Order: sequence, then C-alpha cells, then structure tokens
Amino acid sequence: MKKLTMKKATLQNFTNYGIILLFFLICGPLNDVGGFMTRSLEGQLVPICVYIVMAVSLNLVVGISGELSLGHAGFMSIGAFSGAVVAGVMQNAVQSEPLRLLVAVVVGAILAAVFGFLIGIPVLRLRGDYLAIVTLAFGEIIKNIFNCLYVAYDSNGLQVAFLSSSDIHLEDTGRFLINGPQGATGQDKTATFFAGILLVMFTLVVVQNLIRSRTGRAIMAIRDNRIAAEACGLNATRYKMIAFVIAAALAGAAGALYGQNFAAVTPSKFDFNTSILVLVFVVFGGMGNITGSIVAAALLTVLPELLREFQDYRMLIYAIVLILVMIATNNPLIRGWIEQAAAWVKKLFTKKSTEKEAGNDGI
Amino acid sequence: MAFEKRAETKLVEVPSPNKIPERDIGYAPILEVAHLGIDFGGLTAVDDFNIAIGRTEIAGLIGPNGAGKTTVFNLLTKVYEPTRGTIMLDGKSTHGMNTVQVNRAGIARTFQNIRLFDKLTVEDNVRIGLSNHMNYNTFEGVFRLPAYWKEEKKAHERALELLSIFDMQDLANVPAGSLPYGAQRRLEIVRALATEPKLLLLDEPAAGMNPSETADLMENIRKIRDEFQIAVMLIEHDMSLVMNLCEGIAVLNFGKIIAKGTPSEIQNNPEVIEAYLGKQKEG
Repeated sequence: MKKLTMKKATLQNFTNYGIILLFFLICGPLNDVGGFMTRSLEGQLVPICVYIVMAVSLNLVVGISGELSLGHAGFMSIGAFSGAVVAGVMQNAVQSEPLRLLVAVVVGAILAAVFGFLIGIPVLRLRGDYLAIVTLAFGEIIKNIFNCLYVAYDSNGLQVAFLSSSDIHLEDTGRFLINGPQGATGQDKTATFFAGILLVMFTLVVVQNLIRSRTGRAIMAIRDNRIAAEACGLNATRYKMIAFVIAAALAGAAGALYGQNFAAVTPSKFDFNTSILVLVFVVFGGMGNITGSIVAAALLTVLPELLREFQDYRMLIYAIVLILVMIATNNPLIRGWIEQAAAWVKKLFTKKSTEKEAGNDGI
Repeated sequence: MAFEKRAETKLVEVPSPNKIPERDIGYAPILEVAHLGIDFGGLTAVDDFNIAIGRTEIAGLIGPNGAGKTTVFNLLTKVYEPTRGTIMLDGKSTHGMNTVQVNRAGIARTFQNIRLFDKLTVEDNVRIGLSNHMNYNTFEGVFRLPAYWKEEKKAHERALELLSIFDMQDLANVPAGSLPYGAQRRLEIVRALATEPKLLLLDEPAAGMNPSETADLMENIRKIRDEFQIAVMLIEHDMSLVMNLCEGIAVLNFGKIIAKGTPSEIQNNPEVIEAYLGKQKEG
C-alpha cells in the first residue's frame, strides 16, 4: 500500500512531464515540416509555453500557498522588459542567439524575484486578502511605469529617461530598447518552441519537487491550518514568501521568453486582463492541480485563435464559463452530481476492462 | 486622578511554592508561570495564574466549562499575548516570543477542536512536525540533491517510529481528514511529539474516545513521558483519566486557580466540589 501511493504521486509528476514531451514531439515536427499548421497557430506555440509557465507558477501562489495574487502579469512585464534590455545590449556583442535568450530569461527571472520579495515583505505578514489588493496595484503601477520609461543604447552605454524621450541624445548607431508606450521594439526574435518547452519542463521540475519537499509541505500546512502550522514551529511569513518569490521568478522568466518571441512588445500587453486570464487558467484547471493548469492554459490560449470569428464573444463566454465552473466547484449538490458521474464513468471502464480480462482468461 | 493611582504601588503576593514530583527535585521546573493573566476588553479571562511543572511531571488542568483552561494553553503557546505575568520555560522567559518561537523553545500542543492538515497524509502530517529538524534547504529540495534524499529517508523512518507509539504506522498514507475521530486525536499527539518538545500540552486528548480507548491513551501518555522524558500538561473532563494519570492537578474556575494538589487532595477539596456541583443550600 505504501509503495502504491508513493508511485501515485510520482506518477502524477511524470504524467505532467509526459504531457509536455508529447506536446513537443507532436507540435515540433509539425511546425518544422510546415503546411500542417496555420501561421497563426504556429505563432501560438511559444505563447502556449509561456502561459503554461504562468499558470503553473500562479498555481503555486493561489492553489498551493492559498494567497490570491492579481498581478502576475506585472512580474511577466518586468521579465519581458528587463530581458529586452539585456538582449538588446548583447545584440551585436554576442553572436549566439540561444545564449542571448538564456541570459535574458535569467535576468528577467532574477529581477522579477527581487520585486516579488519587495512586495512580499509588507504584505505576507498580514492575513487576509491584502496580497490580492497590493498585487493588483503593483500590476497597474508597473504597467504605467513601463509606459513612460525610455531606455536607449549606443556606444556610450545605456541611457535611461522617464516621461520624455527628448532627454536622450543618441548616436546614429544607437537605438531605443524600450520606447515608452511602444514598448520594446526592433528585437531579434530569439525565442524558440524548444526553449519554451525547456522552460516549461524547468518550471514543472521546480514546482513539483517543491511541493513534495519539506518547504512545500510547510506551505500547504500553512494554507490548510495556519494556527496548527505555527504551533508546529513553521514560520508562515517565511514559507509564503518562498512560494511567492519562486512564482514571481518563474513569471519573470516566462515574460522574458514572451518578450523575445516578438519584434515588438507593448507594456499594455501585460495589463490586468492578462493577470486575470492567467488566474482563469488556474481556476479552470483546479486550484493546486498542476495538470489542470497545463491543460487549461494550452486550451484557452489556442481556442481563441481557432475560433477567431467568434472573438467578439470570447470575453462573454469566458465570463459565463467561469461563473459556471465556480458554481459547479462550490455547490455541494452539483459537485455530488459530478462525482457521481465520474464514479459512473469509472465503473463503466473498469467493468469493460474486467470483462476483457475475464475474456483473456477464458482464452 | 491618574497621578494618584500611579503613586501607589500595588503589591502582590509571590506565588506559594509549588508541589512537583519528588523525582524532579534537583532540576529546575520545566515551566514556571507567575501571575499570568489576560483581559479581553473588559473581561478578565485568566487572572493570577501561577503554576510550576516538574521536568517529567504529568500535570492536569481541570475546571468547569468556560473556566479558561484552553485560554491558559493559548497564553502558554502565545496564540494570545498575555496582558500580565511571566512564563519561564526551562528557566528562560518566553516574553516577546511568538507561537513559532515558543514551539522551537520546547512547547508543543494539540487542539481541542482538532487541527490536522486534512488533505495531507498521516505521514506528511508527522513530517511537518519534523520539519524543523530536517536538514536541507529549499534549493536542495527543489533540485533533489543528496541531502534531500538522505533527510527525507531519515524523516520517513522517524515518522513511522513515532506513529508506531499509537500503532498507526499502517495508516501512514491515508489522508489525515479521513481518519476516525480517536485516531485524529492520536495523530495530533504524534505530530506534536515530532517537534521534539520539552513540554507537551494536550487539550482534551480523550474527548470522543470510548473507555477502552481512553485506557489505552492513558497508558500511551505514560509511555511517552517515560520514553521521551518530557513533561505533559493536559486539560481533560474525563475524571477517571485525570485522577489516574496526573501527578499534580490544578483546578481553574472563572479564570482563577482555586486549588492545587495531588488527585486525592483535589477530590476532597470542598471548593472544587462546590465549583463542579454547586453549593449546598443552607438550612
């Protein structure tokens, strides 16, 4: 019995690795051959990876740690624009594109983690929904800061200006890396599907191993019963901080990858709607359910592309489905129906398989 | 007015010397509480609470409903910050410590309304208790470095060892929330023990148990005390357990200690009888 459950948990982990591997093995070759996928779908491959990372990392905060964060896109934008600056500076100096991408992603992750830590210091000491309020504000503030931030680079080095680009005097060879409301422009698109898959795998390793370590157990214990966890000597603030900073770092990495996937990225891309979109992935997939986050993020990123003609109604459908999912997961009666249906389906399948086995025995 | 009040120093009696078991003489008491009290607004929930507990004593705290017994536990573990008084744990004041620090200093507790981590397995509940004694950091855990495997293996063995006190090692992988009531109470004790306390506070450990389970529990509490050489303080309404198990008993009524002594002294104390049964009508 002991071994069985041990296997169940590892099985869950490896199911998730398997899903991503399968996704890569199917979409990778299709993408290379061409003709099988529409251009718009091809363009979605990296964003799918990015949103999977966003959803899994937000799940660490919302599902595992039990704190509501409404500014996950803020960390994404920090990653995207710091990554853009780093990649822009290295554009001529470093030939290797993967190396530039790697450095951009790492720098994006570190900066986002620093911001996560700074936000966490005052907020995670409190109980209740303060984190939701502060992260909401953080997301908006960071968007507006990037809206009036100008960063340019020439042979004299980096020049930074706020509110107005006229303070920056560039040489002819220099160019703007971040150009206010236009965002990061003129980038080499260094992000690849393979890099996206690697980042997703890395995220899964970090989050899943974290959950099944001492730290993860402590985080979940604090979520389930803070008083009992503190009576067991677990420092609630510290463990919530660990979860929040790791999630912020992963979001920063995802943002950097996202930024490097486009020639131009605007700050308004990372607004409140994006934060909510990622939260929708998490709620859709089920709080604390990593597999659910992966599937929901992939499906809900692709669906609007596939149903482009219905895009006008997309937000409307989102709202309705979200309400329905909330009702279904919170209403004991409906939950009972779903469980009954699941048990029924399970029974149907096990019956079939036992029949098969019986048949095999007969032969 | 305020000045006049301040001018007069209030004098209070020093707590009378406490009785502790003879075998603990020569060692400092594990817990010494003096003049402990807390007010909630205008309500004084606990007042002038004095007690000393020997190093390996099993002490009882009894009293009618609402007497403030659980509040005393909450004060000792700093769930509430005391309004007055001092708590000395193993000779050191716990002033300024929070719940987490008090646990690390050596007080572990169980809860009257069971507070397990329901969704986690029985073993994981115990491992959470062991958490602070596991020697690897988050980085080593995330990337599964050798320290992770070594310490998790050690924790696994230790958890099963602790669970075997109550014969629960076979339930290690069951979700804690699905255990029967009595087993949940026992698991709380195991989880508290895992934090390696010097003083174990049990809040109604026998609540909801049948007489044979209670008898087993009594044996096990004694076994825990003998094996781990720790002090136990328990709140309990089951008088057969308290009178058979506890060496020293304090009786609390309306937030104040009304009697302290051995079980037989307590049983014959008229004030205690009055607190429980009410005063006999005169005439």
